[in-house]
Amino acid sequence: MDIPYTVELRRDTGLNNGKIGIWLFLASEVMLFGALFASYILIRVGAPSWPRGDTVLDVPLATFNTIVLISSSVTMVMAWASLMRRRFETFRMYMGGTILLGLTFLVVKYFEYGHHLELGEFPSTNNFLAVYYTLTGLHMLHVFGGMVVNAYFWGPGAKLWKTNPVWFTNRVEHSGLFWHFVDLVWIFLFPTLYLL
Amino acid sequence: MSSPTGVAPPKPHGAHEAHHEELGFWRKYVFSTDHKVIGIQYAVTGLLFLLFGFSLMMLMRWNLAYPGAALPIIGQLFGEARMPGGTMLPEFYNELGAMHGTIMVFLGVVPLAVGGFGNFVLPLQIGAPDMAFPKINMVSYWCLFLGGITMLGSFLVPGGAAQSGWTSYTPLSVIAGSGQTWWLIGMIFLITSSLLGALNFITTTIQLRAKGLTFMRFPFFVWAQFVTAFLLLLAFPPLEAAGVMQLMDRVAGTNFFMPSGLVVSGQALTNVGGGNTLLWQHLFWFLAHPEVYVLILPGMGIVAEIIANNTRKPLWGYRSMVYSIIFLGFMSFIVWAHHMFMTGMGTAMAAFFQTTTMIISIPSVVILTALVISLWGGSIRFNTPMLFALAFLPMFGIGGLTGLPLGLNISDIPLHDTYYVIAHFHYVVAPGTIFALMAGIYYWFPKATGRRMNETLGKVHFWGSLVCMNVVFMPMFITGLAGVSRRLFDAGSAYDFAQPTMHWNVVSSWGAWLLAVFQLPFIFNFFSSIRNGEKVGENPWQATTIEWSAPSPPPHGNFVGAPQAYRGPYEYSVPGAGKDFVPQYEAS
Repeated sequence: MDIPYTVELRRDTGLNNGKIGIWLFLASEVMLFGALFASYILIRVGAPSWPRGDTVLDVPLATFNTIVLISSSVTMVMAWASLMRRRFETFRMYMGGTILLGLTFLVVKYFEYGHHLELGEFPSTNNFLAVYYTLTGLHMLHVFGGMVVNAYFWGPGAKLWKTNPVWFTNRVEHSGLFWHFVDLVWIFLFPTLYLL
Repeated sequence: MSSPTGVAPPKPHGAHEAHHEELGFWRKYVFSTDHKVIGIQYAVTGLLFLLFGFSLMMLMRWNLAYPGAALPIIGQLFGEARMPGGTMLPEFYNELGAMHGTIMVFLGVVPLAVGGFGNFVLPLQIGAPDMAFPKINMVSYWCLFLGGITMLGSFLVPGGAAQSGWTSYTPLSVIAGSGQTWWLIGMIFLITSSLLGALNFITTTIQLRAKGLTFMRFPFFVWAQFVTAFLLLLAFPPLEAAGVMQLMDRVAGTNFFMPSGLVVSGQALTNVGGGNTLLWQHLFWFLAHPEVYVLILPGMGIVAEIIANNTRKPLWGYRSMVYSIIFLGFMSFIVWAHHMFMTGMGTAMAAFFQTTTMIISIPSVVILTALVISLWGGSIRFNTPMLFALAFLPMFGIGGLTGLPLGLNISDIPLHDTYYVIAHFHYVVAPGTIFALMAGIYYWFPKATGRRMNETLGKVHFWGSLVCMNVVFMPMFITGLAGVSRRLFDAGSAYDFAQPTMHWNVVSSWGAWLLAVFQLPFIFNFFSSIRNGEKVGENPWQATTIEWSAPSPPPHGNFVGAPQAYRGPYEYSVPGAGKDFVPQYEAS
């Protein structure tokens, strides 16, 4: 039995199932991070003192990571565009680039965390660090999750390209939407935590 | 990989898998992707957890009726750490209370109402072959299963399960024993399950509805599930965020919810503090108020179906019911702080939230009124599903109307946290939603199994449950108005003011135990009817909606041909028609 509109578009909605599914998922993610940002605001306005982000955190390192993530969004779009142009090998290259850039982000983050922990700055030290570790940690999990999905499409999942290229292209597009969302969360996190 | 230009044009998906292979036992019944099997898995899991959660309460009712008395025989089973000599310790009472709430809401009613009925009925009612994402559907069930196991397992950890109430208010829950950590991990599984289920329901409803089935031709049940799914999708993530923060507070020593200068058992805590403990309540109720509607809306949907079917009349005011339920869903996001009038959040906030609370009662009343007026002039068939559906109306009415004094800031002050609150929301959820769910089980059982449940046993179950439910909950209005707090493990036996109402606790408790006895005919009926029930065809209730055009039980893929909707959902007793119902799926 086949589920209708997995690949083809439903005429009256103009969408396939996956597109609706991923946008709904992102809506719930907005609520998740929205609640976290709201909590951050509430805790900060209630605090007698709050350090400026750049006095505690490493701004140049985070700027580098911002550039890394934005570049990975570009390669993600290029990967999808390659599939639209039916260039599978180019897709592989760009998708591989996206994964590597994600990995770079995580490695930088690893050193950043390590540095703070070495200085004795733990989540329990103060609420600024609690917010910092929780929000960036959750974001990092999202980066990791996105990388797992992307790696699947780069590797074993790419088999689908041979049997159903349109479906495969759609899947990469949906995975890309998630990746851009993760990127967007960082674009909010960076100024909120490091600059303000 | 072939050269890019060598790729064949896209074939229609699945052309290569047209042949049907027989699935093995595990794929067919355990790790199934068929929405009907998953729906039944959800429903059975939900029913078992309802029974388990009810058992916890029956234990608690012993100590409330006979505070400090040793529970004969059963009391010995729980060991010296929980019931020494058969007498319940307060810590054990708290454990039972917290887990009763958690299990009933997140593992009992929601899995049955949304997971069970939603999965089984919704795709059939919209004429879909399955859910839009069958694999995600399976993952959703197994997340629930893991969450349930985690919650059950937490009874076995040292110190026992969570003891801070189903609301897990901070800072109490942060300094509580390790059971609370398990509670949080279990909740994260349950939230994931709901989230995956919700996006599946919405996508399925929008994309997979049959040809001709426009939104205003949806059966009301579909609307109810559709709105419910949005509530689950958007309200649960903030609780997930809150759960993560509480987990950080407990495990990593952060202070999101821990204020400064906290003294516990005479000892000042050494944490740095600075957190906002009210924040937990805001995030919790931002979920938990929409959650209340998650509990009631599917029930309303089921009742609407059964009332239309058994009055043999169209629903009165279908359109206003639909607009009401959409408005209800929207409003349910901005009433949460009426749970927090006593927290000192300020009168401006209280004024806003009591206003929205009064506004949200309007669509509920519209729906209930429309259902009552639908009865007018019908020639009603009093079968078991209809009896449960009819009982839902006054029971939900009592629950709803007694909620109004709680929604107003001033009258909430004396009533807050008394047994009055317990009586109020149990009238909504227990004789309200659970009766609707029972109605749904009797109504769709023939679709799921091809056999009808026994009517006599059903009526014994109904009348016994109706009387007992009221015996359990009506006295709580009395003890509540006398001012007895709902949090006391001995029902207030240490206080003078509680003495005049103490005997009502005995009445409630015997009501609860008798209620359990009246579930036995249901349990027996449920299992025996699977084999011995009266065999029925595809449409035993002479109903109009699309699920009744599928064979009973529906095969994999549900329908013989592609169903199509030709008219609205409730064309009963149409003047001039040959029979008293014109199915939605029949071309005239």
